[in-house]
Amino acid sequence: MIANLLILFEAPALGLQLLIDGILIGAVFALAAYGMALVWGVTNIVNVCQGEFVMLGGFVAVLCIEQGVPPLLAVAIAAAALYALGWGLFQTVIVHLIGRDMFNSVLATFGIAIILQQLMARTLGAADRIAESGLGSWFFFDGLVGVAKVKVLVFAACIALGTALAFFLARSRQGQAIRATAQEPIAAAALGIETRKVYGLTYALNAAICGAAGALASMAYTIHPYSGLSYTIRSFMIVVVAGLGNLAGVIWAALGLGIAESFAGFLFGPQYQIAFVFALLVAVLVFRNWRLKAQRRYLK
Amino acid sequence: MGTPFALTPARLLLLAALILCGVVAPLLAPAYQSQATQLLLFIVFALAWDLVGGQMGYNSFGNVLFVGLGMYVAAIVQVGLFYDVGLYTEAKGGGTEFVFDVNQFLTGLALGLPAAAVASASVAWLLGSLVLSMRGHYFAICTLGLGIAAGQVAAGIPWIGAGSGMLTPNPPAGLGDVGLLLYYLALGLAVACTLTFAWLLSSRFGLALNAIRDDEDKAEAMGLKTHAAKVTAWVIAAAFLGVAGAIYGNLVRFIDPTETAFAGPTIGVWMILMALLGGKGTLLGPIVGAVVFQITKELFWTYLLGWQRVALGLLIVAVAVFFPSGIVGFVRDRLSGRGGDSEESVPAKEKSA
Repeated sequence: MIANLLILFEAPALGLQLLIDGILIGAVFALAAYGMALVWGVTNIVNVCQGEFVMLGGFVAVLCIEQGVPPLLAVAIAAAALYALGWGLFQTVIVHLIGRDMFNSVLATFGIAIILQQLMARTLGAADRIAESGLGSWFFFDGLVGVAKVKVLVFAACIALGTALAFFLARSRQGQAIRATAQEPIAAAALGIETRKVYGLTYALNAAICGAAGALASMAYTIHPYSGLSYTIRSFMIVVVAGLGNLAGVIWAALGLGIAESFAGFLFGPQYQIAFVFALLVAVLVFRNWRLKAQRRYLK
Repeated sequence: MGTPFALTPARLLLLAALILCGVVAPLLAPAYQSQATQLLLFIVFALAWDLVGGQMGYNSFGNVLFVGLGMYVAAIVQVGLFYDVGLYTEAKGGGTEFVFDVNQFLTGLALGLPAAAVASASVAWLLGSLVLSMRGHYFAICTLGLGIAAGQVAAGIPWIGAGSGMLTPNPPAGLGDVGLLLYYLALGLAVACTLTFAWLLSSRFGLALNAIRDDEDKAEAMGLKTHAAKVTAWVIAAAFLGVAGAIYGNLVRFIDPTETAFAGPTIGVWMILMALLGGKGTLLGPIVGAVVFQITKELFWTYLLGWQRVALGLLIVAVAVFFPSGIVGFVRDRLSGRGGDSEESVPAKEKSA
């Protein structure tokens, strides 16, 4: 670890490489986290199967691209498929969880996560997958820093998607209905908003966002049926750091997490990267709790 | 009605009958001995989860941390007393050099189980003050993270076999049926756990835990030392989980860091499912839940091979969504017309009103 730290000091270009890689993956985290914040804010449900939605979106895209579907269309197909799944899950399961004890919703969505990861592993095999782009890389500083073109494309697509989503929430009627329901569901219902439909729309929209994020991620990063949970934890951590309804915060926290993970993966070795994510979650929660405790308030 | 957890003569009789069944069971149905041992350990898992989750309202998703810790600590003690742990894991515990005679094996077990309890309890005590002041979602997700982080860390330490896992000592041939020994150890642990919890929950301590579950701020305002009570309950649960994990490790023989020891998506969530299925916040519930769950699980494994985990996931969702009061709660609600309102049925009515 210390040896790696020294390498980092001797070769600043390597640090730049890690920084760029971290920022590029951060956009995918931001998209998934934004979806989680949306569902959390509107329905008060922490969607534990968030990461499985991301993985499923990735698998849909990989399968489509293997069949010769153009990548951009594959992203759209993944988003549409996940929207349908999200809508179906809402009608059968999630609708019963709204307004209930948080324990039930965490356990039920954890159950959905287990079902999805097992189904993916059964039908697609528990192997790392990636949709090969064949786009190559740009090199800087005499080849010391390499940036895969596809990662930049994924980053740009995530930004575009996030911006579109933010506009949808800010300007469209349905976006307004979602925000109104998040603020005050009873008043929103009294004003004629069908809150149940809004909950369903929000949940399905979140699934579609995750699907698109996963589809984009699958073109630049490997996906695996069992690595969904780490995406859930990342999203949760980002939302906790940023706070609900703070889009700028989500982006900063996500990019920060991407950079932190990129450096941690180098310093501690890739086998500890997931452990680092989970340990960072605990550290973040403990730190926030410690700050709140000074005011005799608690994380709840 | 009297205190729900007091050991009345009728309950003691029932318990004695159950213990007797447990003692003779392996003689009657030896073919199911290992499943029965697992069931007894599952009872301890479910009870220990329920002490903190059901009784105190702190729904932990990472209790598997203490199970895995107990498993590893016991295995390390069992091996480390006689051999070098690093060399042992490097040789995958096999070969002719790492042989345990009867005396060594029993000494290892006798010291390994208490060590597991002490290690799990100490870690729970250290973590307790950090995580037990979080509530709701934060506590749930934080504990989930802890359980999985532990598995990932264990998978990175070569001394305990890293990702390829660790074997518990090979039982010596001269010892006879080690499975039977583990069965009786598990039975003893399950009985000890039930009796300890019955005693705790019928005392003022049990009332304190329920007060914390119902309204922690009010409980604190009434002068209850909520923090001390929470940490105590968490430490007691962890100690039992640690010993159960140690026995479980010796039962399955092979400790995989993420699949057996810190198995969040299997044992970690099963213990919650068992407590919920039987009835959260009751003493009988987790026991009933564990029995029903173990039978269901074995049936799934037999008839749905390959899809059993999917089926268990469906069961988790179904119970969490449609059957949250569990078997004991359901029966109690049915009987409540005759026996007056039980504690559990009152909030249910308020919700429907």
